[in-house]
Amino acid sequence: MGSLSLRSVVKRFGDVVVIHGVSFDVADGEFVVFVGPSGCGKSTLLRMVCGLETVSDGEVWIDDQMVNTVPAARRGLALVFQSYALYPHMTVYQNMAFGLENLGMPKPEIVTRVAEAARMLKLETYLRRKPTALSGGQRQRVAIGRAIVREPRIFLFDEPLSNLDAELRVGMRAELSELHRRLKTTMIYVTHDQVEAMTMADKIVVLRDGRVEQVGPPLELYNHPCNRFVAGFIGSPRMNFLEGRIMVDGGTGISVEIPGLGMVRTLATPRTGDPGDSVTIGIRPEHVRTGHSAGVAVNNLSGVVAHVEQLGGLSYVRLDKPDVTLQVPGQTPLAFGEATAIHLPIEDIHVFDAAGLTLPRRPL
Amino acid sequence: MTGRLAAALFGAIMNIPERPMRWAQNRLRDGRLGWLFVAPNLAVFAIFTFLPILIDFYYAGTGGTALLPSERPWIGGENFASLLDCQNYLDPNSCARDQFWHGVWNTLGFVTLQVSLMLLFSLLTALVLNREIIGRSFFRAVFFYPVLLSPVVVALIWKWILQRDGLLNAGMLGLGADPVNWLLDARWAFGWTVFVSIWAHMGFYTLILLAGLQAIPADIYEAAAMDAAPAGRVFRRITLPLLMPSLVVVLVLGLIRAVQIFDEVYVLTGGGPGTATTYLVQFIYNTGFASQVRQYGLAAAASLLLAGVLLILTLVQLRGMRAKGDARG
Amino acid sequence: MRVGKIARTLTATRGRNHWDWTDWASYLYLCLGVLVMFGPVLWLGLSSLKSPTGLIEFPPSLLPTEPIRVAVPGYPAPLPLYRVTKGEHAGQTLAEIRRIGLQATMVDPVVPGTTIRVPVEDRAKVTRVHVAWDNYTDLLGKFAFGRYLWNSVFITVVATIITLLVNSMAAFALSKYHFPGREPIFLMMLATLMIPPTIILVPNYLIAATLGLTDNPWGVIWPAVATPTGVFLLRQYMLTLPDDLLEAARMDNASEWRIYWRIVLPLSAPALAVLAIFSVMWRWNEFLWPMVVLSRGESFTLPLALNSFQGELTTQWNYLLAMTIVTLIPVTVIFALLQRYITQGIASAGVK
Repeated sequence: MGSLSLRSVVKRFGDVVVIHGVSFDVADGEFVVFVGPSGCGKSTLLRMVCGLETVSDGEVWIDDQMVNTVPAARRGLALVFQSYALYPHMTVYQNMAFGLENLGMPKPEIVTRVAEAARMLKLETYLRRKPTALSGGQRQRVAIGRAIVREPRIFLFDEPLSNLDAELRVGMRAELSELHRRLKTTMIYVTHDQVEAMTMADKIVVLRDGRVEQVGPPLELYNHPCNRFVAGFIGSPRMNFLEGRIMVDGGTGISVEIPGLGMVRTLATPRTGDPGDSVTIGIRPEHVRTGHSAGVAVNNLSGVVAHVEQLGGLSYVRLDKPDVTLQVPGQTPLAFGEATAIHLPIEDIHVFDAAGLTLPRRPL
Repeated sequence: MTGRLAAALFGAIMNIPERPMRWAQNRLRDGRLGWLFVAPNLAVFAIFTFLPILIDFYYAGTGGTALLPSERPWIGGENFASLLDCQNYLDPNSCARDQFWHGVWNTLGFVTLQVSLMLLFSLLTALVLNREIIGRSFFRAVFFYPVLLSPVVVALIWKWILQRDGLLNAGMLGLGADPVNWLLDARWAFGWTVFVSIWAHMGFYTLILLAGLQAIPADIYEAAAMDAAPAGRVFRRITLPLLMPSLVVVLVLGLIRAVQIFDEVYVLTGGGPGTATTYLVQFIYNTGFASQVRQYGLAAAASLLLAGVLLILTLVQLRGMRAKGDARG
Repeated sequence: MRVGKIARTLTATRGRNHWDWTDWASYLYLCLGVLVMFGPVLWLGLSSLKSPTGLIEFPPSLLPTEPIRVAVPGYPAPLPLYRVTKGEHAGQTLAEIRRIGLQATMVDPVVPGTTIRVPVEDRAKVTRVHVAWDNYTDLLGKFAFGRYLWNSVFITVVATIITLLVNSMAAFALSKYHFPGREPIFLMMLATLMIPPTIILVPNYLIAATLGLTDNPWGVIWPAVATPTGVFLLRQYMLTLPDDLLEAARMDNASEWRIYWRIVLPLSAPALAVLAIFSVMWRWNEFLWPMVVLSRGESFTLPLALNSFQGELTTQWNYLLAMTIVTLIPVTVIFALLQRYITQGIASAGVK
């Protein structure tokens, strides 16, 4: 078992509130990722779950127990640190065995558990080495191994891949997912990298300034971001945003006047319905089409190429006026300075009100 | 094998406080367990440093020869008054406590001579060692070695050389001079206490100054060389100002230690001949512990006067340290 | 080839290709320094190997020597040998039978029948190098030397262990916990740096006497174990240990005490080593306080014993010198082995 429930959790450092009443649930066996820009409070939240920080207000529940006052070691959790925090004076074996020794576990069982974890993580040949004699990826595995041997109810990871180089990071991502499939234990993972969140999570918790912005499966967040922040944070390259004003409600959705560009039709319905309200439309680079649409007469715009990135398999084209990035499959003949026509498909346009909240859509 | 045994023994011993500390840990929140970790150290401080300072003040106001404070009669400022009772402060023999004033004047002379000469020689040595010297670490070690010796050993080494039939007098004879009773002649004995204490402590100050010199970036000297500055000018305008913070530290540390001179001198000359090398701390020791009548009150009063001097020197040092911090800036 | 290289190294001072007078003066100063700083210690060492008769010799000889004696037929005891420097027997080596006034009656060991009279100033003693090891071997049996050595070793070792333990505990709390009163406690400890032990001599004696610590090695050990220097040194070092490690250990279910001795202590080994070296030096050399608190002979440490023997009317210098050498050997060995750490530690911490 390993379910977690946060109920209006607040964290204050002196007068500064860093977590503002956060609530959500993590079901047993889920892989949940806390994601958000640095300083959003995701690490603080994780440390409160661990018991390394006290909870100022609200409740943390693990399974059926309120753990606010339970010391870190008694919560049955294991944490993998960003810095790995391996004990430099102990061998790999001792690092993994230390926690079990502290529990007073009999030696034969310690040996079995460490051996098993070492086999799982391919660390058998390094057990007698000290952490300084290991590569970054191996240290990372030892840190995970130290968590595994304790058979925790929930694994917690605090930006565990940020000290690895890009290639290793991709490999470790797959390994962690594989580990989760095999152990079926609840895992909570903190990162500022939305790619990690998208690729590994069953459920993502997006945080900003100590508040939960949205909770949901990765594709749900991608397809239906509930506000402008989530829309911009999830997905790479970032969603294009264009500022405008509501013009008319055309029955199927509102039309937005983008200054200097013209009218863009959407499927959104305004909450209040006041023409003239300022809104933002958003569209992901991979949804922007090059060339005007033959079938539809609306949402055909044009711009000037400001920058082209050819990646071979796909290309990014950045336009100036409007400031829009396009993702084009394959290679593109477009070059700097050329004028090009683009089309914004109506079904892919998100509309956010002045407060940044997503306006609901009218069914197509 | 022995290493493993030692580790096991260490582990077994360090495990003893485990249960009580765990118990305390569950009761003391928010790092208050820190109190328990600090407690042993603090207790020793309290018993052997803070409490004694308080007792010092009480003792200084009491008379008699009893050790227990409860058996000592309160006499107020009489100890201080008798220490300061002088017709002519420049002439110790006119004072009620002539031994004290001999100590004061001897200490003053000693401190002036010892600190200035030691500063000079340690600066010279540090400058020489800061050059590109072959075998620098050997020379540095040799100059530093006496610092580690017990003051008693230091005194015996020199006593053996300075005795009437010692090496130095043999050298005098070899040069055609008459042997001298170095430690029985008042002037010579004083000079030798200064020399021996410089010999014993110079290495420490040399080391600090050397560290200060090596902290001066080499490119400053290179820039000066590009400006074709002559060596003397480089020393006066670059080395000396940049070394000044270290010099201040050395000066004040040297003063604080020189004022407290006791060990080497006590073994070397015993304070003699007469009172020629009786310094302040020896007066305290003699008054409180070595004489037939143990005048603890008088010794405590003298200690407090000494403490006052040291407090002033320490404050000067703190200012010097702050200057050093600023210079690093 | 090799000589050329050395010559180049020697002349390549200060990046120039020639030696100027400052280089000569520097080396002259340093060599003179070696003579003055180390010569006396060496002289003491050489002297400690001399027999009592060798010690009273004046002018003294550099190396420990003793007169050579030979057995001459017809004389019961072996006779000392002399070389005649002047007169008709110049160059001969003769044995002295007796000496009356300024005339010595001598005999040629090869021709024992005839005696020869030689003026005393016309001859020189024939000596050979002889090391009086018994100055050292006798020590153990005499003056309860073993007792003093044991006292010194006991005090040094026990005090150092307690110092390391107590100081590191305090430093751990002061560097890794936030608790009410932490800053005042730290400042108070630093303040004791400025209270020299000499000014609290009298009250400390009272306290030691009240606690029954006089004439007791613990009376020397306890008052100085809580060194502010040590707390400061260790605290500064522990501040550099990452807090992550402590939290990892906390997650590993280690108690705070276990974190202290399984994680923080081993990782502070370099700083502990420096403090250990300092503590050994302080304790081994300590003088004034032990002299106050220890008054009975059998509780003396080596420096106290040395002091009391040198003050006696009939000082047996041969034993005193040997004992002095024994006292300085541990410090010398430690210094020779750990010179780098000691000098660096002092240069960086500015403490002694």
